[in-house]
Amino acid sequence: MFAAASTIDSGATAWVLTSAALVAFMTPGLAFFYGGMVRSKNVLAMLMQNMFAMGLISVLWAVAGFSLAFGGTGAFIGNFDFAFMKDIATLSELPGYTGDFALIIPIIAFFGYQMMFAVITPALITGATADRLKFSAYAVLIGAWGILVYPAVAHWVFSPNGWLFKRGALDFAGGAVVHINAGAAALAVILVLGNRKGWQREAMPPHNLPFTMLGTGILWFGWFGFNAGSALAANGLAAQALVNTHLAAASAMIAWLVIEKLRAGHATSLGAASGAVTGLVAITPCAGFVGGIAPIIIGAVASVVCYLALSLKTKFNFDDSLDVIAVHLVGGIMGALLLGFFSDTKVNSLGFDGILFGGGSELFVNQLIAIGATFAFSFIVTFVIAKVIDATMGLRVSEEDELVGLDQSQHAESAYQ
Amino acid sequence: MKLITAIVKPFKIDDVKEALKAAGAQGMTITEVRGFGRQGGHTETYRGSEYQIDFVPKVKIELVVDDADLDRVVEVITSSASTGKIGDGKVWVTNVEQIIRIRTGEHGVDAI
Repeated sequence: MFAAASTIDSGATAWVLTSAALVAFMTPGLAFFYGGMVRSKNVLAMLMQNMFAMGLISVLWAVAGFSLAFGGTGAFIGNFDFAFMKDIATLSELPGYTGDFALIIPIIAFFGYQMMFAVITPALITGATADRLKFSAYAVLIGAWGILVYPAVAHWVFSPNGWLFKRGALDFAGGAVVHINAGAAALAVILVLGNRKGWQREAMPPHNLPFTMLGTGILWFGWFGFNAGSALAANGLAAQALVNTHLAAASAMIAWLVIEKLRAGHATSLGAASGAVTGLVAITPCAGFVGGIAPIIIGAVASVVCYLALSLKTKFNFDDSLDVIAVHLVGGIMGALLLGFFSDTKVNSLGFDGILFGGGSELFVNQLIAIGATFAFSFIVTFVIAKVIDATMGLRVSEEDELVGLDQSQHAESAYQ
Repeated sequence: MKLITAIVKPFKIDDVKEALKAAGAQGMTITEVRGFGRQGGHTETYRGSEYQIDFVPKVKIELVVDDADLDRVVEVITSSASTGKIGDGKVWVTNVEQIIRIRTGEHGVDAI
């Protein structure tokens, strides 16, 4: 989240607006990525939950989310200065975004771009809670989360006033804010929600892997807006982030297929999709701070670690249905940690050098603190939200509704006739 | 009159259909079915988890023939559906008491 001048730049504005549209497209992409992996009786519910986040979270972002994330000068949370979009159209400067960090795009463009991040982050949780979360409970869950959790972490990490930003933790495009945050929340929710009926006894294979491949393609495409857009400028750093993003996805896909072929015997299409997304997750915090072949190494290392992390759910008996924890939580953590090694101030002078570039362990320690703080905060607050929902309206559908499938029981529709 | 029921590999259905038409069959009904016999199922792996898929896709063919044509038609089906590998399927024959063509009301062999 860095830029260097202080007047509005039309090229930068055009690129950030384009990037906002690219990131907006990622949520439907995620819907298909997940939708293909669930059983056919739950596919509409999955698509619907993701689509619904585009509605609810966008409105909440305008009401208070943006203000809580980027208003005021506090270290831990924003304020209500910009609630209901007050002053956003006419504002010339955002708190903390001065000097080296001055924005060269209109505040309303920044508002719109950041809105798309706020939307996709809670949508990531749906992969863990698949096939059993009540729709009304989901609506309340992400609504509460979009106010109580996301803006605070975005403030800590993205806002130059945030305590993790000031400490010197680096997160270019949301490894902590988006992926660790959503992954920790996913773990908290499924611990309250419980496992799917029949999990580990019945086969629950993906019902439509072509959907998953389609979703992967959309995510990959949209991720250029996510990462390269985070330069908040149309310059060499944006180009570096774009190339890094692509190379990490490419090497992570290859690494996943190799380890899968060696361990399970076949290179699978779901493996290619999973590997690519893992690489995209891992490069997210690093995209504007690393160069050379670092993205290839980061993608490959994260991919192998995430593949091995798949077995955590069976070992510890939590039904992370579509592997949000192995891919997003572990992938986000890997990206944040590897940045502690590969960060290079020759790529971005506003960053810090990692261990391999003579910066010592300071950045690595700050990355650990950012990971720990994000995980702990998101996990604890989400756990409480989930518990309260469970005690009041109920988090989970009835056994009969789960058996029938969420498409019929929650939405009175069928995907396929 | 006999009802011939055949379970064959899906990719052989066109061969069987053409062979039956060439042998003079007037019609047939097919259904996409799933099942297993000696061939058993197969395993599929998703993100490292193995699933046993017991039911494999097959096509079921049903047609009614006059007793006089039975042996020839069964021979046509078995030869056209055969690959020589496990999972080629089965053919069985059952007696048919009556058959009626709905449009004309014809009964018996005339309705085949």
